[in-house]
Amino acid sequence: MIKRRLNIRMSGLGGQGVVTSAHVLAMAASKENKWAISNPFFGAEKRMAPAEAYTRVGLDRIYDRGELVYPDVIIVFHPQVITMQKSYTAPFYDGLKENGLLIINSDIPLLTKEDKQRLVDLNASTFYIPATKYAIDIAGTELSTNMALIGSVSGITGCVSMKSLDLALQDRFGKKYVASGGTATLDEAIKKKFAKKEQLLSKNLAVVDYAYKAAGTWANENKYELMVAAA
Amino acid sequence: MANTPLIGTKNKKGQVYTDPNHLFFEAPRESHFLTGSEIIKEAIKRSSCDMSIAYPITPQSEAAALIGELFAEGYVDIYSRGANEFDVMSICAGGSFGGSRVFTTTAGPGTLRAMENFPMWAGSRLPIQVCITCRGINSPLSIQPDTLELYYMLETGCLLWHAETAQDLFDFILKGFIVAEQPDVHLPIAVACDGFFVTHTKDVVLMTPDDMCLPRYDPYRSPVPCMDMECPPVRMMRDPFVMKSNYISYATHASWQQEVRAAVERSRKHTEALLGGLIDVENGDAEILLVSSGTAISQSREAIALMKDEGLDVGLVKIKTLRPFPTAEIKAATRNAKKIFVPEFNVAGWLGREIKAIVEDNQRVVAGPHVGGGMTMPPEVIMERIVRTLKADKEELAHV
Repeated sequence: MIKRRLNIRMSGLGGQGVVTSAHVLAMAASKENKWAISNPFFGAEKRMAPAEAYTRVGLDRIYDRGELVYPDVIIVFHPQVITMQKSYTAPFYDGLKENGLLIINSDIPLLTKEDKQRLVDLNASTFYIPATKYAIDIAGTELSTNMALIGSVSGITGCVSMKSLDLALQDRFGKKYVASGGTATLDEAIKKKFAKKEQLLSKNLAVVDYAYKAAGTWANENKYELMVAAA
Repeated sequence: MANTPLIGTKNKKGQVYTDPNHLFFEAPRESHFLTGSEIIKEAIKRSSCDMSIAYPITPQSEAAALIGELFAEGYVDIYSRGANEFDVMSICAGGSFGGSRVFTTTAGPGTLRAMENFPMWAGSRLPIQVCITCRGINSPLSIQPDTLELYYMLETGCLLWHAETAQDLFDFILKGFIVAEQPDVHLPIAVACDGFFVTHTKDVVLMTPDDMCLPRYDPYRSPVPCMDMECPPVRMMRDPFVMKSNYISYATHASWQQEVRAAVERSRKHTEALLGGLIDVENGDAEILLVSSGTAISQSREAIALMKDEGLDVGLVKIKTLRPFPTAEIKAATRNAKKIFVPEFNVAGWLGREIKAIVEDNQRVVAGPHVGGGMTMPPEVIMERIVRTLKADKEELAHV
């Protein structure tokens, strides 16, 4: 399906870089002259508490903002979003549009029989990706989990290119960035994981790239199409 | 229009003091992708702001902390933290009495805690700018956007503008100083935006170059003497008239309150010139209109696009200034509408009431949809409310 707008809901836990992912994806879209808007939604800035962020990407000016109630894509950053209902909607896929896409960070299936049936009714597709495993294997830290997830959504939908993601990551981590106290602390934590900023960027980019390709392959094999493009 | 002798000269940071009209309408603009909080910082960087007082613990935005960076870099001369929001606004008053251009931010419970100061600022004719990044004000604590606090601001004597987007916020902050500081206005201005929906959202904004800035505030253009203990308004605070005679007190305060409101009205001509009118109208000939302000306008734009796909023609009236209230403009813009919907991000529906109070045949006004407590208003909700209302009207007609 080709759409002029793609609405992406990212559901995860505090500390996983959900908000950062939404901003990076929107920045990447902006780099390739698409319209984009991103915003977070969370309570107190607390690790492991539910956190959501939304990216809207499209070919026309986007005004809609706030919680994304009817997404085309839902990305689940942590199994607890599903297993412990750490989500702002119940069930976590509530509002998913017909023919929508679920991307779940897990190496084992997490959906119940009822969930699966409701997703079949919506003609939705589910892509499981072991994003945390990729992050640990490639970058050596689970803090790069979010990179695998933005890589996978981009690989499937083509909403942004690898080149734009590279530029957005340089913007986000390559220079001084405005962040809240909690995010600034996590930024420092991830910077300490890498000897140099360049290493941080290259390792993260490698995670994005790996997931981008893996997701693209899945989309080809399953003949799944959900793209932002002129009809 | 402003402190003209300075124009063309440079400040200590090398920024050129620029004629406001040139800065607003002719200077080149470059596209940036930033959050609303970052935009507040960028606007203040170009504002020749002398002083900013922060209380960043309120659930608001990073704006106050970012202005602290501007202080560290030398763009703002005085910066400190207050003990609480009441303290912040009181220190701002002191700075403004002393002749400084003063900026601060607040939100939600902070706005209410500071409330006593806003009519005091207006009565003292202090052109302080406060950016209100709207949040819920109820208990238990909410950090989500809700515009109820603006209802409390309506009769403080402050000018009150409501930004829809980060672009509006950038322009309104810069233009707000110029309008508020006019000698025939000289009032505080609250530039409001919706917290989270604007402050935490990354969006495209066209900004003027950061080596150009507004001329400095000229306190000698104030209609009241600054810090003169023997003249109003300080004299009135120091030596209340009620101590002399009730009659004199009533007369003085009643006339002063009228003067503050008259000054709000006098800001219209300056605002119209800089904002291009107090309202924007799009597809105003449509029989159905959405009328609102802030993020409700953005959501309405999306709803209008959805309804267009369904064959429903809906127009839009965007209110930019809540004080002065664009009474004549709204009356004219809604004259031919059969239905007027007022979507709002608060439980009270205060804007719906304001509009019902001024339009003819006000049964045409539907105060809603509303969301409260920081809830999002999906465009589908606006569309559903309009479709449901039109269907009910049709059924009622069929029964008649």
